[in-house]
Amino acid sequence: MADVTAPDIVLDEHYTSTGLRSTKLAMWLFLASECLLFGGLITAYILYRGASLTGPYPQDVFDIGYTSVSSFVLLASSLTMVLAHNAALDKDFPRMRLWLTGTAMLGLTFVGGQVFEFTSFYREGLTIKTNLFGTTFYTLTGFHGVHVTVGVLMLLILVVMSWRGSLSDEPAFPVEMVGLYWHFVDIVWIVIFTLVYLIPSPQGPIR
Amino acid sequence: MTTTDDTKARHTEYHPSTREYVRVGLILVAFTCLEVWLSYSSLSGTPLIAALLTCTLIKFLMVIGYFMHLKFDNGRFSRTFALGAIGAFTLYAAVLLMFGVWGK
Repeated sequence: MADVTAPDIVLDEHYTSTGLRSTKLAMWLFLASECLLFGGLITAYILYRGASLTGPYPQDVFDIGYTSVSSFVLLASSLTMVLAHNAALDKDFPRMRLWLTGTAMLGLTFVGGQVFEFTSFYREGLTIKTNLFGTTFYTLTGFHGVHVTVGVLMLLILVVMSWRGSLSDEPAFPVEMVGLYWHFVDIVWIVIFTLVYLIPSPQGPIR
Repeated sequence: MTTTDDTKARHTEYHPSTREYVRVGLILVAFTCLEVWLSYSSLSGTPLIAALLTCTLIKFLMVIGYFMHLKFDNGRFSRTFALGAIGAFTLYAAVLLMFGVWGK
Protein backbone atom coordinates (compact mmCIF):
# COMPACT_ATOMS: atom_id res chain seq x y z
CA MET A 1 0.00 0.00 0.00
CA ALA A 2 2.88 2.33 0.78
CA ASP A 3 3.91 2.82 -2.88
CA VAL A 4 0.36 3.51 -4.10
CA THR A 5 0.37 7.24 -4.80
CA ALA A 6 -2.67 9.51 -4.74
CA PRO A 7 -2.89 9.94 -8.57
CA ASP A 8 -2.94 6.12 -8.99
CA ILE A 9 -5.89 5.85 -6.64
CA VAL A 10 -7.77 8.59 -8.50
CA LEU A 11 -7.02 6.94 -11.86
CA ASP A 12 -8.12 3.53 -10.61
CA GLU A 13 -11.54 4.90 -9.75
CA HIS A 14 -12.24 4.92 -13.50
CA TYR A 15 -11.71 1.17 -13.78
CA THR A 16 -14.12 -1.64 -12.99
CA SER A 17 -13.22 -4.78 -11.05
CA THR A 18 -12.72 -6.47 -14.43
CA GLY A 19 -9.83 -4.08 -15.19
CA LEU A 20 -11.89 -2.33 -17.85
CA ARG A 21 -12.40 1.40 -17.84
CA SER A 22 -16.01 2.01 -16.75
CA THR A 23 -16.60 4.93 -19.16
CA LYS A 24 -15.47 2.83 -22.11
CA LEU A 25 -17.56 -0.14 -21.01
CA ALA A 26 -20.56 2.19 -20.63
CA MET A 27 -19.97 3.54 -24.15
CA TRP A 28 -19.90 0.00 -25.58
CA LEU A 29 -23.10 -0.85 -23.68
CA PHE A 30 -24.71 2.30 -25.07
CA LEU A 31 -23.63 1.37 -28.62
CA ALA A 32 -24.96 -2.17 -28.09
CA SER A 33 -28.34 -0.67 -27.10
CA GLU A 34 -28.24 1.58 -30.16
CA CYS A 35 -28.06 -1.60 -32.29
CA LEU A 36 -31.54 -2.44 -31.00
CA LEU A 37 -32.84 1.06 -31.81
CA PHE A 38 -31.55 1.11 -35.39
CA GLY A 39 -32.34 -2.59 -35.83
CA GLY A 40 -35.98 -1.79 -35.06
CA LEU A 41 -36.07 1.12 -37.51
CA ILE A 42 -34.37 -0.90 -40.27
CA THR A 43 -36.75 -3.81 -39.65
CA ALA A 44 -39.76 -1.47 -39.93
CA TYR A 45 -38.40 -0.23 -43.29
CA ILE A 46 -37.87 -3.78 -44.59
CA LEU A 47 -41.23 -4.93 -43.24
CA TYR A 48 -43.12 -2.23 -45.21
CA ARG A 49 -40.89 -2.42 -48.27
CA GLY A 50 -43.07 -2.52 -51.35
CA ALA A 51 -46.24 -2.11 -49.27
CA SER A 52 -46.95 1.50 -50.30
CA LEU A 53 -50.22 1.85 -52.20
CA THR A 54 -49.37 5.26 -53.68
CA GLY A 55 -46.16 6.84 -54.97
CA PRO A 56 -43.59 8.21 -55.02
CA TYR A 57 -41.79 4.86 -54.72
CA PRO A 58 -38.07 4.42 -53.92
CA GLN A 59 -37.11 4.05 -57.59
CA ASP A 60 -38.86 7.36 -58.36
CA VAL A 61 -36.83 9.44 -55.93
CA PHE A 62 -33.52 7.69 -55.13
CA ASP A 63 -30.33 8.94 -56.76
CA ILE A 64 -27.72 6.25 -56.09
CA GLY A 65 -24.85 8.39 -57.43
CA TYR A 66 -25.64 11.24 -55.07
CA THR A 67 -26.07 8.95 -52.03
CA SER A 68 -22.82 7.14 -52.91
CA VAL A 69 -20.95 10.45 -52.62
CA SER A 70 -22.55 10.98 -49.18
CA SER A 71 -21.38 7.48 -48.18
CA PHE A 72 -17.81 8.25 -49.27
CA VAL A 73 -17.92 11.49 -47.23
CA LEU A 74 -18.97 9.58 -44.09
CA LEU A 75 -16.32 6.88 -44.69
CA ALA A 76 -13.68 9.63 -45.08
CA SER A 77 -14.84 11.15 -41.78
CA SER A 78 -14.21 7.83 -40.02
CA LEU A 79 -10.65 7.89 -41.35
CA THR A 80 -10.05 11.49 -40.18
CA MET A 81 -11.50 10.52 -36.78
CA VAL A 82 -8.93 7.75 -36.22
CA LEU A 83 -6.18 10.09 -37.40
CA ALA A 84 -7.36 12.60 -34.74
CA HIS A 85 -7.15 9.84 -32.14
CA ASN A 86 -3.63 8.90 -33.28
CA ALA A 87 -2.61 12.58 -33.05
CA ALA A 88 -4.09 12.73 -29.51
CA LEU A 89 -2.09 9.64 -28.52
CA ASP A 90 1.06 11.38 -29.85
CA LYS A 91 0.01 14.50 -27.85
CA ASP A 92 0.18 16.48 -31.11
CA PHE A 93 -2.75 18.74 -30.24
CA PRO A 94 -2.70 21.11 -33.28
CA ARG A 95 -2.88 18.05 -35.56
CA MET A 96 -5.58 16.52 -33.36
CA ARG A 97 -7.71 19.70 -33.62
CA LEU A 98 -7.15 19.78 -37.38
CA TRP A 99 -8.42 16.20 -37.85
CA LEU A 100 -11.31 16.71 -35.41
CA THR A 101 -12.39 19.86 -37.27
CA GLY A 102 -12.03 17.97 -40.58
CA THR A 103 -14.21 15.16 -39.23
CA ALA A 104 -16.85 17.68 -38.07
CA MET A 105 -16.81 19.38 -41.48
CA LEU A 106 -17.25 16.05 -43.28
CA GLY A 107 -20.10 15.25 -40.88
CA LEU A 108 -21.72 18.60 -41.63
CA THR A 109 -21.32 17.92 -45.36
CA PHE A 110 -23.14 14.61 -44.89
CA VAL A 111 -25.97 16.24 -42.90
CA GLY A 112 -26.19 19.04 -45.49
CA GLY A 113 -26.45 16.40 -48.21
CA GLN A 114 -29.22 14.68 -46.30
CA VAL A 115 -31.14 17.96 -45.88
CA PHE A 116 -30.79 18.56 -49.64
CA GLU A 117 -31.97 14.98 -50.35
CA PHE A 118 -34.98 15.35 -48.03
CA THR A 119 -35.88 18.68 -49.65
CA SER A 120 -35.73 17.23 -53.17
CA PHE A 121 -37.84 14.22 -52.09
CA TYR A 122 -40.36 16.61 -50.55
CA ARG A 123 -40.56 18.56 -53.81
CA GLU A 124 -41.22 15.28 -55.63
CA GLY A 125 -44.20 14.71 -53.34
CA LEU A 126 -42.72 12.36 -50.74
CA THR A 127 -43.50 13.46 -47.19
CA ILE A 128 -43.49 11.46 -43.96
CA LYS A 129 -47.30 11.08 -44.35
CA THR A 130 -47.45 10.22 -48.07
CA ASN A 131 -47.07 6.45 -47.84
CA LEU A 132 -45.39 3.66 -45.84
CA PHE A 133 -42.15 4.17 -47.75
CA GLY A 134 -42.07 7.88 -46.75
CA THR A 135 -42.87 7.14 -43.10
CA THR A 136 -40.27 4.40 -42.63
CA PHE A 137 -37.61 6.09 -44.81
CA TYR A 138 -37.76 9.50 -43.12
CA THR A 139 -37.90 7.96 -39.64
CA LEU A 140 -34.86 5.73 -40.24
CA THR A 141 -32.64 8.21 -42.10
CA GLY A 142 -33.87 11.11 -39.93
CA PHE A 143 -32.82 9.31 -36.73
CA HIS A 144 -29.45 8.61 -38.32
CA GLY A 145 -29.09 12.25 -39.35
CA VAL A 146 -29.82 13.37 -35.78
CA HIS A 147 -27.10 11.00 -34.54
CA VAL A 148 -24.61 12.48 -37.03
CA THR A 149 -25.58 16.01 -35.89
CA VAL A 150 -25.03 15.06 -32.23
CA GLY A 151 -21.64 13.60 -33.24
CA VAL A 152 -20.68 16.85 -35.00
CA LEU A 153 -21.59 18.82 -31.85
CA MET A 154 -19.46 16.48 -29.70
CA LEU A 155 -16.52 16.89 -32.10
CA LEU A 156 -16.79 20.68 -32.04
CA ILE A 157 -17.02 20.65 -28.22
CA LEU A 158 -13.80 18.58 -28.14
CA VAL A 159 -12.07 21.13 -30.42
CA VAL A 160 -13.21 24.06 -28.24
CA MET A 161 -12.18 22.23 -25.04
CA SER A 162 -8.78 21.49 -26.55
CA TRP A 163 -8.34 25.19 -27.55
CA ARG A 164 -9.24 26.27 -24.02
CA GLY A 165 -6.92 23.64 -22.54
CA SER A 166 -9.77 22.14 -20.54
CA LEU A 167 -9.40 18.57 -21.83
CA SER A 168 -8.29 16.08 -19.16
CA ASP A 169 -4.62 15.22 -18.63
CA GLU A 170 -5.32 12.17 -20.79
CA PRO A 171 -6.85 13.85 -23.90
CA ALA A 172 -6.75 10.72 -26.08
CA PHE A 173 -9.49 9.15 -23.97
CA PRO A 174 -12.37 11.60 -24.69
CA VAL A 175 -11.30 11.61 -28.35
CA GLU A 176 -11.49 7.80 -28.36
CA MET A 177 -14.99 7.86 -26.76
CA VAL A 178 -16.36 10.38 -29.27
CA GLY A 179 -14.60 8.35 -31.97
CA LEU A 180 -16.41 5.16 -30.93
CA TYR A 181 -19.75 6.98 -31.25
CA TRP A 182 -18.73 8.46 -34.61
CA HIS A 183 -17.65 5.11 -36.07
CA PHE A 184 -20.89 3.55 -34.86
CA VAL A 185 -22.84 6.20 -36.78
CA ASP A 186 -20.71 5.26 -39.79
CA ILE A 187 -21.44 1.51 -39.53
CA VAL A 188 -25.16 2.24 -39.21
CA TRP A 189 -24.94 4.18 -42.48
CA ILE A 190 -23.01 1.29 -44.10
CA VAL A 191 -26.02 -0.94 -43.34
CA ILE A 192 -28.65 1.68 -44.32
CA PHE A 193 -26.89 2.41 -47.62
CA THR A 194 -27.09 -1.23 -48.67
CA LEU A 195 -30.51 -2.19 -47.28
CA VAL A 196 -32.36 1.02 -48.18
CA TYR A 197 -30.64 2.36 -51.30
CA LEU A 198 -28.81 -0.47 -53.07
CA ILE A 199 -31.05 -3.51 -52.68
CA PRO A 200 -33.83 -3.11 -55.27
CA SER A 201 -37.33 -2.59 -53.92
CA PRO A 202 -40.15 -5.00 -54.91
CA GLN A 203 -41.64 -2.25 -57.12
CA GLY A 204 -38.70 -2.55 -59.49
CA PRO A 205 -34.95 -1.92 -59.65
CA ILE A 206 -33.75 1.44 -58.35
CA ARG A 207 -31.92 3.28 -61.13
CA MET B 1 3.98 -1.52 -7.71
CA THR B 2 1.12 -3.69 -8.87
CA THR B 3 -1.29 -0.78 -9.20
CA THR B 4 1.17 1.27 -11.25
CA ASP B 5 2.07 -1.69 -13.51
CA ASP B 6 -1.60 -2.50 -14.10
CA THR B 7 -2.30 1.11 -14.99
CA LYS B 8 0.59 1.14 -17.46
CA ALA B 9 -0.53 -2.14 -19.02
CA ARG B 10 -3.99 -0.70 -19.59
CA HIS B 11 -2.48 2.22 -21.51
CA THR B 12 -0.09 0.28 -23.75
CA GLU B 13 -2.68 -1.31 -26.04
CA TYR B 14 -1.77 -1.56 -29.74
CA HIS B 15 -2.95 1.18 -32.08
CA PRO B 16 -2.52 0.89 -35.86
CA SER B 17 -0.31 3.45 -37.60
CA THR B 18 -1.61 6.19 -39.91
CA ARG B 19 -0.47 4.11 -42.90
CA GLU B 20 -2.52 1.12 -41.70
CA TYR B 21 -5.59 3.29 -41.15
CA VAL B 22 -5.29 4.78 -44.64
CA ARG B 23 -4.98 1.26 -46.07
CA VAL B 24 -8.17 0.19 -44.24
CA GLY B 25 -9.91 3.38 -45.48
CA LEU B 26 -8.95 2.58 -49.09
CA ILE B 27 -10.25 -0.99 -48.75
CA LEU B 28 -13.55 0.41 -47.43
CA VAL B 29 -13.77 2.79 -50.41
CA ALA B 30 -13.03 -0.14 -52.78
CA PHE B 31 -15.85 -2.22 -51.26
CA THR B 32 -18.25 0.74 -51.49
CA CYS B 33 -17.33 1.16 -55.18
CA LEU B 34 -17.97 -2.57 -55.67
CA GLU B 35 -21.38 -2.25 -53.99
CA VAL B 36 -22.40 0.65 -56.23
CA TRP B 37 -21.14 -1.21 -59.31
CA LEU B 38 -23.09 -4.33 -58.27
CA SER B 39 -26.30 -2.30 -57.91
CA TYR B 40 -25.92 -1.12 -61.53
CA SER B 41 -24.79 -4.53 -62.86
CA SER B 42 -26.98 -7.13 -64.57
CA LEU B 43 -26.94 -9.18 -61.37
CA SER B 44 -30.37 -9.41 -59.72
CA GLY B 45 -32.39 -11.31 -57.12
CA THR B 46 -30.72 -13.45 -54.48
CA PRO B 47 -27.14 -13.33 -55.96
CA LEU B 48 -27.23 -9.51 -55.96
CA ILE B 49 -28.59 -9.33 -52.39
CA ALA B 50 -26.05 -11.92 -51.19
CA ALA B 51 -23.14 -10.05 -52.83
CA LEU B 52 -24.27 -6.68 -51.41
CA LEU B 53 -24.77 -8.09 -47.90
CA THR B 54 -21.33 -9.76 -48.02
CA CYS B 55 -19.69 -6.42 -48.91
CA THR B 56 -21.66 -4.71 -46.12
CA LEU B 57 -20.62 -7.34 -43.58
CA ILE B 58 -16.95 -7.00 -44.54
CA LYS B 59 -17.13 -3.18 -44.25
CA PHE B 60 -18.96 -3.46 -40.90
CA LEU B 61 -16.33 -5.84 -39.48
CA MET B 62 -13.43 -3.73 -40.77
CA VAL B 63 -14.78 -0.55 -39.15
CA ILE B 64 -15.47 -2.16 -35.76
CA GLY B 65 -12.24 -4.18 -35.90
CA TYR B 66 -9.79 -1.45 -36.94
CA PHE B 67 -11.39 1.99 -36.51
CA MET B 68 -13.17 1.04 -33.27
CA HIS B 69 -10.12 -1.02 -32.14
CA LEU B 70 -12.12 -4.13 -31.22
CA LYS B 71 -9.50 -6.29 -32.94
CA PHE B 72 -6.85 -5.01 -30.54
CA ASP B 73 -8.90 -4.17 -27.45
CA ASN B 74 -10.00 -6.29 -24.51
CA GLY B 75 -12.29 -9.14 -25.61
CA ARG B 76 -14.94 -8.05 -23.11
CA PHE B 77 -15.68 -4.95 -25.21
CA SER B 78 -16.21 -7.17 -28.27
CA ARG B 79 -18.53 -9.45 -26.33
CA THR B 80 -20.49 -6.46 -24.95
CA PHE B 81 -21.05 -5.07 -28.44
CA ALA B 82 -21.72 -8.52 -29.92
CA LEU B 83 -24.43 -9.01 -27.29
CA GLY B 84 -26.29 -5.96 -28.68
CA ALA B 85 -25.51 -6.48 -32.36
CA ILE B 86 -26.17 -10.24 -32.53
CA GLY B 87 -29.11 -9.89 -30.12
CA ALA B 88 -30.69 -7.20 -32.32
CA PHE B 89 -30.04 -9.22 -35.50
CA THR B 90 -31.57 -12.38 -34.01
CA LEU B 91 -34.59 -10.57 -32.62
CA TYR B 92 -35.39 -8.65 -35.82
CA ALA B 93 -34.57 -11.60 -38.10
CA ALA B 94 -37.17 -13.57 -36.13
CA VAL B 95 -39.69 -10.72 -36.58
CA LEU B 96 -39.04 -10.61 -40.36
CA LEU B 97 -39.30 -14.40 -40.54
CA MET B 98 -42.56 -14.30 -38.58
CA PHE B 99 -44.05 -11.80 -41.05
CA GLY B 100 -42.79 -13.87 -43.98
CA VAL B 101 -40.67 -11.06 -45.43
CA TRP B 102 -38.02 -13.49 -46.71
CA GLY B 103 -40.65 -15.49 -48.54
CA LYS B 104 -41.73 -12.51 -50.68
